[in-house]
Amino acid sequence: MHTKMQSAVNRIALKSILHKEVHRFMRIWVQTLVPPAITISLYFVIFGSLIGSRIGEMGGFDYMSFIVPGLIMMSVITNSYSNVASSFFSAKWQRNVEEMLVAPVPNWVIVAGYVGGGMIRGMLVGLIVTVISLLFVDLQIHNVWVIIATVALTSALFALGGLINAIFANSFDDISIIPTFILTPLTYLGGVFYSISLLPEFWQGVSQVNPIVYMVNAFRYGFLGISDVSLTVAFAVILSFIAVLFTIAMTLITKGIGLRS
Amino acid sequence: MQYALEISQLEKIYKGGFQALKGIDLKVEQGDFFALLGPNGAGKSTTIGVITSLVNKTKGEVKVFGHDIDKELEQAKTFLGLVPQEFNFNQFESLLTILINQAGYYGVNRKLALKRAEKQLKQLELWDKRNDSARMLSGGMKRRLMIARALMHEPKVLILDEPTAGVDIELRRSMWDFLRELNQQGITIILTTHYLEEAEMLCRNIAIIDNGVIVEDTDMKSLLATLDVETVILDVQENAPKAELEGYVARKIDNHTLEVDVKKCQSLNQVFSQLTEQGIEVHSMRNKSNRLEELFVRLINKDNSGSSNDTAGAN
Repeated sequence: MHTKMQSAVNRIALKSILHKEVHRFMRIWVQTLVPPAITISLYFVIFGSLIGSRIGEMGGFDYMSFIVPGLIMMSVITNSYSNVASSFFSAKWQRNVEEMLVAPVPNWVIVAGYVGGGMIRGMLVGLIVTVISLLFVDLQIHNVWVIIATVALTSALFALGGLINAIFANSFDDISIIPTFILTPLTYLGGVFYSISLLPEFWQGVSQVNPIVYMVNAFRYGFLGISDVSLTVAFAVILSFIAVLFTIAMTLITKGIGLRS
Repeated sequence: MQYALEISQLEKIYKGGFQALKGIDLKVEQGDFFALLGPNGAGKSTTIGVITSLVNKTKGEVKVFGHDIDKELEQAKTFLGLVPQEFNFNQFESLLTILINQAGYYGVNRKLALKRAEKQLKQLELWDKRNDSARMLSGGMKRRLMIARALMHEPKVLILDEPTAGVDIELRRSMWDFLRELNQQGITIILTTHYLEEAEMLCRNIAIIDNGVIVEDTDMKSLLATLDVETVILDVQENAPKAELEGYVARKIDNHTLEVDVKKCQSLNQVFSQLTEQGIEVHSMRNKSNRLEELFVRLINKDNSGSSNDTAGAN
């Protein structure tokens, strides 16, 4: 009976955090949903239409079709990460995170709620970008389940990353350091704009340690049916990263790092 | 007897080595209106932080309605409602959103939460502002919002950390009435305050904490009974003759104000009869300072001189 009651409490608490998170980014949609749409449109125009037409084919597809999955994934990654990083840090900064800490909300519900919020924003932006891309290219779908699984898992992974960043952050600057110095370089070098098979052997090897390569390629496989890496390896890498980051996030919140004195 | 709150041997050492709590023991009965007083940095907010799990304790035990926070934290939390000292809500959310979300964290569904939010906001005269962003509220309204939020899950213990700080007198009094009413409904209230008058007017039991140690833990009546002398200020007629009060220490402050020290065993009637005999008319009278304030200062000073003696001894 007690377990039943607790799970009902947890379910309502999770719904509340999710509702709060979605309400937050919808309230400021001009800051959260419009900029990625504009940025990606510029990518489509510049890299796809203007420069892309001179590049020719890549992986057997015209350049525009090749980069679209990577660009969608790039916006999913950035938005899942930044949503949780800024929302959780802002909750820390305004101290309204205490509303959850004093309540009987288990730590996993807090993690799931924030990660869920980040996933929803990431996937919503992904959808907006996909719709915009239809103005530039005829999107084909090779395997819809691979697309859904990749986008859901990738957004979960980066939402977890954003949460960990926010837990450690002491200022708003701290939540922009990781995206600027780690996330953006990894994304640009993650095979969004090129096939890693074009790289010299050494750099191909280096690219194998970049987790974003696996996400972009699995996602591209879902659309085009081509990938530089094995799909099984790609999902194994994504799931392993999720497991590690979830464990880290749970440990940090349980110990109260950055939250409890 | 099951206490609303039981604290034993609670210690807190912050990073850097500062010991905020040095093994405090405290018991609060169910239905009590309890004051936790102390100067700034005494350990009041740390104690509240540990009870509400916002501060990790170093040592000791805390039980809320018999639930140990180390073993049954989630159950213990369901009994507690916290009104913190600092505003800690999302300033950009509406009042209704803040309240409904908070209720949700305690497992209260949206429909019921909306009903409760309406009740609380109406009681605390904030209903008209329900759709406003919290940052638009005045300081007093923000305090009331935090009280409403703390009550959304109908807690059995309400902890208020200086709830009337910076609130005007009229609003403070209406908050006192509201808290009294809650207490009469059976909610145990634990209050920290800088306004000692507030503690004296509201609370039945009191603990005074200083330097991480409980220096007094008793009921308000017994504590006030230990006060030997009270000073009363009498407003008398302009240019009254110098008062000669036998058995009392009296001081003329100015042409129309007299200060008289009255011991616990003495009566005020004697003062009035002697003044009447001398042709001095009393227009009004008041206490020089809050009685509890005098005791508080005395206890804190005693404790500080005790600790400096200890230090001197150790040297």
